[in-house]
Amino acid sequence: MAHGLSQERIVLMIATGLFILFSVTLNGFLSADNLLSLVQNVSILGILGVGMAIAIIGRGIDLSILSTMPVSVAWLLNLINGGMPIWAALLCALALVVVIGAINGFLIAYVEIPAIFATLAMGIVVYGFGKAYLAPIDAVYITRTDAWFYSIGSGRVLGVPTPVIVFALVAAAAYLFLRYAKLGRFIYGMGDNPLTARITGIPVRPMMLVQYIIISVIALIAGIVMATALSGINTRLALSTMVYDVILVVVLGGIGLSGGKGGIRNVVVGTLLIGILLNGMTIMNLTYTVQSILKSTILLLAIVADTLLNPRDEQTAQHGDI
Amino acid sequence: MTGKKLLKAIFAVAALASATSMAMSEPYDDGQSKTYYEALKGKKVAFVPLSMGFDLTEGWNAGLQNQAKALGYTVDIRDPNWNVEAGVQAANGFISDQPDVLILHPLDQQAYNRIVPKAMKAGINVVQINMKSVTNGDAFVGTDWYELGYKQAQEIVKACGKDSGKNGKIAIITGQAATPTIVIGNQAFDDVFAEHPEIQVVAKQSADFDPAKAQAITSTILKQNPDLCGILGVWDGQDGGTAAAIREAGMNDQIFMVSSGGGAQAAACDNIENGSFDAYVSYDVPGQARDLNAAVKILLQTEPEPGSAPFALYTPLKVITKDNMNASSCWTLEQLKASGG
Repeated sequence: MAHGLSQERIVLMIATGLFILFSVTLNGFLSADNLLSLVQNVSILGILGVGMAIAIIGRGIDLSILSTMPVSVAWLLNLINGGMPIWAALLCALALVVVIGAINGFLIAYVEIPAIFATLAMGIVVYGFGKAYLAPIDAVYITRTDAWFYSIGSGRVLGVPTPVIVFALVAAAAYLFLRYAKLGRFIYGMGDNPLTARITGIPVRPMMLVQYIIISVIALIAGIVMATALSGINTRLALSTMVYDVILVVVLGGIGLSGGKGGIRNVVVGTLLIGILLNGMTIMNLTYTVQSILKSTILLLAIVADTLLNPRDEQTAQHGDI
Repeated sequence: MTGKKLLKAIFAVAALASATSMAMSEPYDDGQSKTYYEALKGKKVAFVPLSMGFDLTEGWNAGLQNQAKALGYTVDIRDPNWNVEAGVQAANGFISDQPDVLILHPLDQQAYNRIVPKAMKAGINVVQINMKSVTNGDAFVGTDWYELGYKQAQEIVKACGKDSGKNGKIAIITGQAATPTIVIGNQAFDDVFAEHPEIQVVAKQSADFDPAKAQAITSTILKQNPDLCGILGVWDGQDGGTAAAIREAGMNDQIFMVSSGGGAQAAACDNIENGSFDAYVSYDVPGQARDLNAAVKILLQTEPEPGSAPFALYTPLKVITKDNMNASSCWTLEQLKASGG
């Protein structure tokens, strides 16, 4: 980006500022333990953010991930609780999310429904189908904890909580994919200008299919981390507003909704800002309402700062933000 | 299920009787049983839960359906899936269908304030289950949230208060602000702690009934207060996240965790068994299902003018700990479906 102060940098500066402020004013904020739990507490948000970033960079969006995640994992746990071996249940869940992703991609690429509507509708379909056939009871609990599988979300490796490690792995894999894989580079081309990408000979439609399948798989990974961390999962998550938090993390980090811009670094920065905020506000024992006000004010601040420092010009405006 | 057994017995007697003599095909009437069965047969009951698909509503419904099947009336459900507007619509739809009894399960104290009098005006007897609008119906079946909060707070006072030798430092992980559970329960917490000044609430945070938020908040609180003695939760569905954070911090032995809920096996007793919860105040869904059936049966038989004789069946609460827990402390949906109500 040509500008000296991109939104990513502004957010990074705000995050650093808050970090220093909390370190000085809040007892115990700067301890290694607290910092690890700070990242751990936003790692699921971060993993989902990586998936959302892949959608948005390709000038799409995936509103169905917050249905795909709890429904696929609730089914997975139901299968395991019903006596199926873990690997077989994992394969079933994987097959399910691949199908969901493929349908998303098909609707967007071939039926040419705008991503926001296709995935909005698919989210409702997935939740409804899941509730009717895969997980009729909202809350599904993990009833045994003897296998490796259960330490995915609740273990530690060399003192680092495993959700942080999974977040790091997913982020690293997505970074390498977007930066070095041919398909990853094409996603930027597609996001920047889909028509040009198509005329240039990039197989835009099959790529969209793959793109949304990857996103669905990332949602499954996030769900497994969540379920094994909390000893269960609740399909009601699909009705929550968490999907907006995920979009927020992505957009806040500086990935424009018009596509073609940004990378995984932006997601990490956006996630960390939210993590620092939540952690500091919990230490200060602020009430839920005050926390919401502060959170949204700081987010607004970041966006206002970006608009002032990087005003829209004709070139960016014609991309047509959502 | 005495009703079902009784009915089976009656059928058996009837079958026997009809085999011996065609004239004796009537079931035995002890002077009241005949009018009882006749009063219930063919009646219509309507149920608008907060949402199906979670332990409480599934448990109640299992009991309702069992009894309805045994006694020959129907219980129809419209599931608004956590959506208050859809709930109001469903209730309105039922009112125009004119059922004999309408069972409502409101999300908060205001949601069905207009629906309750409207249904009663239309001649329908209204039962509210576990959460109550400000307006009274003909019957309320469910938890006294003040008593629940009071019992929970007492448990934590026992574990962390003056006579325990502990420092009295506790945290409260509360839930969605407007629900009766939280509004009334918090009042009870305050009242108990006012009598016990040694209890020091070092943190009070809302996790919005979301276990992931509860985990995040708890992990931060624990790092901030490494000498914490106890945590008060408000609902087992959320408290699983709190327990996960305690477990992860390796502080299960130090933290006394108090939770509450409907007493489902996986949400309650499993967590007591594995040490996640130290005390659990249960509002005992099988008992509530029985009470709900009783309220329905009373209203169907007495057919009171709506609003003329309101009554309440507050649920007797059970405090479950590792020491008093037994096979019947908790319940599973399979059990309730087989023989609940």
